[in-house]
Parts: sequence; C-alpha cells; structure tokens
Amino acid sequence: MTDHSQDAIMADAVLSEREDPSQLAGMLNNRAIFWGGALLILFALIAAIGPFLTLDPTELNPIKRLKSPSAEAWFGSDFLGRDIFSRVVYGARVSLVVGIAVALISVGIGLILGLVAGYVRVLDAVIMRTMDGLMSIPAILLAIALISLSGATLGTVILAIVIPEVPRVVRLVRAVVLTVREEPYVEAAIAAGTRLPLILKRHILPNTIAPLIVQATYVCASAMLTESILGFLGAGIPPEIPSWGNIMSEGRTYFQISPWIIFFPGIGLALTVLAVNIVGDGLRDTLDPRIARKI
Amino acid sequence: MLLPNGADREFAVEEVSFSIGRSEIVCIVGESGSGKSVTAFTVMGLIPKKDLVPVAGEILLHGEDLLSKSDRQMRRLRGKKMGMVFQEPMTALNPVIKVGDQIAELLEIHGNMSASARKKRVIETMEDVSLPEPAKLYNSYPHQLSGGQRQRIMIAMALVLEPGLLIADEPTTALDVTTQAEVLELIKDIQARHGTGVMFITHDFGVVADIADRVVVMQNGKVVEQGTRDEVLSAPSHPYTKMLIGSVPSLTPPNRPIPEVAETALEAKALNKTYGRVGFFEKGRLVKAAQDVELILRQGETLGVVGESGSGKSTVARCVVRLIDPTSGDINVVGANIAQMAESELRAYRQKIQIVFQDPYRSLNPRRTVGQSIVEGPMNFGLSGTEAQSRAENLMRVVGLAPEALTRFPHQFSGGQRQRICIARALAMEPRVLIADEAVSALDVSVQAQVLRLLQDVRERYDLAMLFITHDLRVAAQICDRIMVMQRGVVVEEGRTSEVYANPHHPYTRSLLNAAPGRETNFAQ
Repeated sequence: MTDHSQDAIMADAVLSEREDPSQLAGMLNNRAIFWGGALLILFALIAAIGPFLTLDPTELNPIKRLKSPSAEAWFGSDFLGRDIFSRVVYGARVSLVVGIAVALISVGIGLILGLVAGYVRVLDAVIMRTMDGLMSIPAILLAIALISLSGATLGTVILAIVIPEVPRVVRLVRAVVLTVREEPYVEAAIAAGTRLPLILKRHILPNTIAPLIVQATYVCASAMLTESILGFLGAGIPPEIPSWGNIMSEGRTYFQISPWIIFFPGIGLALTVLAVNIVGDGLRDTLDPRIARKI
Repeated sequence: MLLPNGADREFAVEEVSFSIGRSEIVCIVGESGSGKSVTAFTVMGLIPKKDLVPVAGEILLHGEDLLSKSDRQMRRLRGKKMGMVFQEPMTALNPVIKVGDQIAELLEIHGNMSASARKKRVIETMEDVSLPEPAKLYNSYPHQLSGGQRQRIMIAMALVLEPGLLIADEPTTALDVTTQAEVLELIKDIQARHGTGVMFITHDFGVVADIADRVVVMQNGKVVEQGTRDEVLSAPSHPYTKMLIGSVPSLTPPNRPIPEVAETALEAKALNKTYGRVGFFEKGRLVKAAQDVELILRQGETLGVVGESGSGKSTVARCVVRLIDPTSGDINVVGANIAQMAESELRAYRQKIQIVFQDPYRSLNPRRTVGQSIVEGPMNFGLSGTEAQSRAENLMRVVGLAPEALTRFPHQFSGGQRQRICIARALAMEPRVLIADEAVSALDVSVQAQVLRLLQDVRERYDLAMLFITHDLRVAAQICDRIMVMQRGVVVEEGRTSEVYANPHHPYTRSLLNAAPGRETNFAQ
C-alpha cells in the first residue's frame, strides 16, 4: 500500500510553522475597532452608572433656569431649571437601549426572512416584493405612522424603528445566501445527503454572520438617529423620559439664548453614532473573507 | 523585493538575474508562489511601492534602469517600450468600452495621431493578430467576443506601439487547448516578424516546449536554473527542475491490461440536459448542455471524460450526482434509476456516488473544522459520532495526512492538502463510484502528480469505479483506462485510452491531440 504521507507531510511542515493568530487578536489590533469600541464602552458605562451619580433629571428648579454651564451645573440648566448634564446622561441610556434593541431585533427578523428568500425560490419573490414595498415608504414617516397607531412607549418606538430597517438586512442576507449556496462545499453537503435545515444551519448561516454583524452596527447607528429625530418631532419617547431627541426638541425654542440645551445632547448623539460607525468599519475590514488567509 | 511581515519568506524574489534579448522568447517557469508574476509586474512597475519594496538590484530595459524611474517616466515607457498581456482577458478588458477604442487608447496616450489615423492603425494591428473582420470587430464589446479573440485583442493592445519587450503572464492558461495552440502560434509569428523580445510566464511545460528559446526556472523567489530550451528540458541539472519535469504526465498512455468484464457501476442512457425555454412571444434560447449521452462505467475502472469548456463534461458529472436534474434520460447506479427520483428516495443512493470538485479553496466550509466536514456525510446515514470520527481518522492516514489535523480549519492547509481532505470526505461515505470533476486542474504540477497517485491508489484499494473529468489530455492519458471525448454536449468518440490516442477517429479528437502543447518533445524522465 503506497504511503502518501511523505508527500503530504513535506507540504505540512511549511504550513505549521506559520502561526495562526486568533480572530479576536486580529480584531483588537484594528485601530478602528479599538478606539471606536473604547468610546462605545465609555458611553455604555456612562449610561449604566451615570444615573446613580447625577442629580435628578426631572427635578424642577425654576429659580435656576437657563443657567449657562458652570461648576454647579456642568452642562447648564434648561427652561424648567432641570440639570442638563443629568438629562443627557439619562438620555444616553435611551439611545443605547433603542439602538441595540433595534439592531438585534431587525437582524434577527432579517436573518430569517433573508435565509428563506435566498433558499426557497418560491417565497423569494413574495418576500422581496414586500420588502421593496416597505423600503419605498420613507422610514421616518413609517415610524411616525406606526407610533400614532399604537401609542408611544419605549417598546412601540423600538418596533416602529425596526420595521423600516428590516428590508436592508433581508437584502443583505439574501445576497449572501445566493452566493454561498453556489459554493462547492454546499454542493458537497448536498451530495453527502445533508438535509435542508442542516445545510442552512451549518453551511449557509455561519457564512452570513460576518457581513451581518457589520450591518448590525450600521442599523444601530441609524436607529439611534431615527429615535432622536422622532423625539425631536415629538413623535417618539414620551417627554417624561429624557432622551436626546426630546431634550433637543424642548431646547429648540430657546436656541438663541441657551444654545447648550441642544448642543450637548447633539454632541452626545454625534459621538455615539460616530463610534458605532467606526466600529462597524473596523469589523468590516477584519471580517472580510477576501482578506482572509488564502494561501 | 521585501515581503510584508507574516509571509512565508523574507523576500518575494531574491537574487533573480536573467536577460531577454531581441527576437527571443524566454519562458519563466515555476509553480504558484515562485515569484514569476511578481518579477513580471515589477518590470512593468505595476506593484505599488508600499506593498512590495524593491531593496536591491536593477531592471535594465534597453540599458535604462526601470527601478530608478519615477511613476511618470514609467507611464511613458509602458505600452511604448514594453507591453503586457495578462492571464484573464475578460477581466483585463474594460467591459463597457468597445475593443477597438481600447486599443486606440494606447495610440491616444502615446502619440499625436488623428482619430482616423488611429483607427486605421488599430485595424492594421487587428489584422496583424489574425482577427476576423477587423472593421466590424472594432465596434464590439469584450463580452461579445470569444476567449481566444479577447486574448488576441490584448495582444494587439500590447503590440500596437511596437514595443521591444512583450511580457505575457500566463496568457493561455485560461484558454481551451485548441485556442491556446492558435494564440501560441500567433505569439511566435508576431515575435518573428517584429523582432520583439518576449517574457512568457507559464507553469505548463508543454507550452515551454513549444515556444521557448530559453527557459528560466524559479522556485520560492529564486532562479534555480536557466538555459536554452533543449538544455533545460532534456538535461536539467537542478533537482527542482528535474522534479518538475518528471511530474509532467506523458502524452502517451501506458499499456494497460484489458480487464475482465466487471459489473456495471454506473450507466447513463440517453442523458439530456437542456437549459432555457423557447418562449411563445419572446425569442427563447435553448442550450443543449448534454445531448443523448451514453456512458458505461464498470467497477474497478477509470473512465475519462475529456473536452474543452462548454463541452458538457461537467454537466454530465453533475447530472450523474444529481446536483442538477437531467431533462431526460436514465442514470443507473447500482441497479436503480436515479435520474428522476424524488429527493427523499434519492438520499439513500447519494451515498453510493460521491464527487470531488475542482477548486480546493472553495470545496470546504471555511467555518467548520476539517473533521466536521468529513464526518458530516457518514453521520447523515446513521453512523454514530465516535464511529464516524474513527473512520475519519483512518481516512486521513490513507490520504497521507495526520489524524490530529482533523481539528484544524481549511485555511490552515495548502491546496493539495485540501484536495486530499476532499478525497477523504468523499471516501468517508464508502461510495461505489467516485467522480473527480477537474479535481487536479487547480493544483501545481508537482502537487498534481501526488494527488493523481493518491486517486489511483484509492481507486485500487477500495475497488472504486472512477469517472475522471478533465480538459488535460496528459493527465487523462496517464490515469484513464477508457476515455470519452465530448464536444458541445455530444460524445464524439469513445474507447480505450491507448487506442484513442494512437488512432483518433473523429476530426475533433484529432484536433485536440494535435493542439496539445509539447507533444513532440521528449521530456527528461
């Protein structure tokens, strides 16, 4: 019996000398992920712990209204005398919760719909035309319409933002599924007698995760912006709960005398969205399989 | 040239010295990773300085050092003093610009001719490269041309300004063997007429035998041997060159004993696969990928299906494995006709017939370990986890890999190793029939020889019936007992390999055999 091991071992020796860095190490090395991630974690900490360290954001103090930023009130006070710093910190909570929740839910729904659309020809047309229909309605208007139907609570706002975000995710997943299902290893699995659900779970799904994670970060950023816009228009979270959009909406009329009411939540929003986008870009670069270790 | 950190060697190319004279064709031969393409691209100045840094040496074109030139100076030289032809004509041509205009672009950039003078010159050049109806072809787009025609356009582009040096980076690798023969003739002809020096990069020794004046052999970034064609091919001195030449399969089939009649493992009758429909209002287009194909494969034998691209050989293979459904016809595997079976019934038969694909880099799920990929099949058919695992370990040994490597991921293996894993995966099902669909075509020639040995060994050891799909006549000669030649979906000839090669009946078979590069050369054995 011929021994083929000599042939293979020679080539093997060359390869095993090459260290295989873990994917996590690769991600941490990426500057974008590192700094963007650090910024995000900072905001998350502020959102989580901040509320315990600040003043009451709803405490009215009309004597101290419209004071500019000082040692007493770091970001100043608004027209009702409420401390803006506390409100901004509380608002961070809302934005992050909404952003992450929307990202997770829309990715979850989009993944299932995309998998089905990509693999089952018959349902493909139905699902994609529905998605096209959803996409043709401007996202903000759709969200406002949904909120006006169901009333405004945190839950309904999240749902109202999820619905316009789903079509983008479905499109992405479907595109990836369409390419992955043509790959020889999927054909090999079919030839090996693997059933459809297992093929989807083992072969198709893992290869859609990477682009999906990147898309999730963009959805998160977009959701935070949308929530703020809704708040600004008065169609979002009820005004008792401080959210960056609400704060900016209330501060609109006082902009000329007290610009800091809009300024600070605006900066907070901009920085958070920036951080999320930077992390997304970084993830996209590290997870891109084309850069992956082809020998 | 310094490689970035993390590569498997410090320099992409090291101490590479050779020269190309006027009117001479120098073939640079090497396997993948040898540095031949890097050398060519560096001469043209196409490698961005931040990716690969030249740290020493000079490149003298007509006595001027190219490495010292600025980008602007290089741009003036490119096209005018040196031209390049790339491997993939479809991606090297701009898909939205007419081919005539693409050739004219060179004249525009480097000269002062008027538009009509340019057009005239372009048409002259197109005639020079033997393109039919140049005036009409001028206005075509790349996708409207055949592969061979596109490559001729590329050659026309490279030569329109009559440069002294032509660099051709594997220009015929992506072409069919008959087209390749034509393009090689063309290059030889043009080189003789214009006195151009040609740097021809290839991995195919047959091509080297046909057109080279001198040969440079590269390995791992270094030149290991150079000399005239006869010197290197008949009497190589370096062990690597000897190994490479020894790995080239001979075009002469060895004598095989005629086997006693064994049972039929696989039979296809009147197999048809047609794509497309004829519409009632729209003009439909029917593509008959396979027409009335008859195939008999007996246990213990290897049947080769040979043809160029578009011949239908892959279609037949995939119909037989039921990866695509045949339009009509019968496929008998161990007695049952699986051609039109429903998936639930078919599943049981899938185990009997397995396939190894062409591209080792896409045949394994990158996110699953190699072990998981191998045990997937047997576990589908009821084998327990531990039994499947021990079968996988055993098979890894059979294909020459360490059983411990089962926990690794595909990207940690080389192309040849991955192909072995795919063979192990196919064998894990204990099939009766193994189909190799261009299984060695994407491998370097030395690795190819190893994997072919493995396939033959495996076929004997498990008494399999093997269907070997290939476009490479040399490989088919060495490994197949019987051979079937296909052209445009139809089987044109069939018979024992030695007979078909010695006395081809069908004109297409004859043209295929005549077009095989290097058929007159006796390679050193």
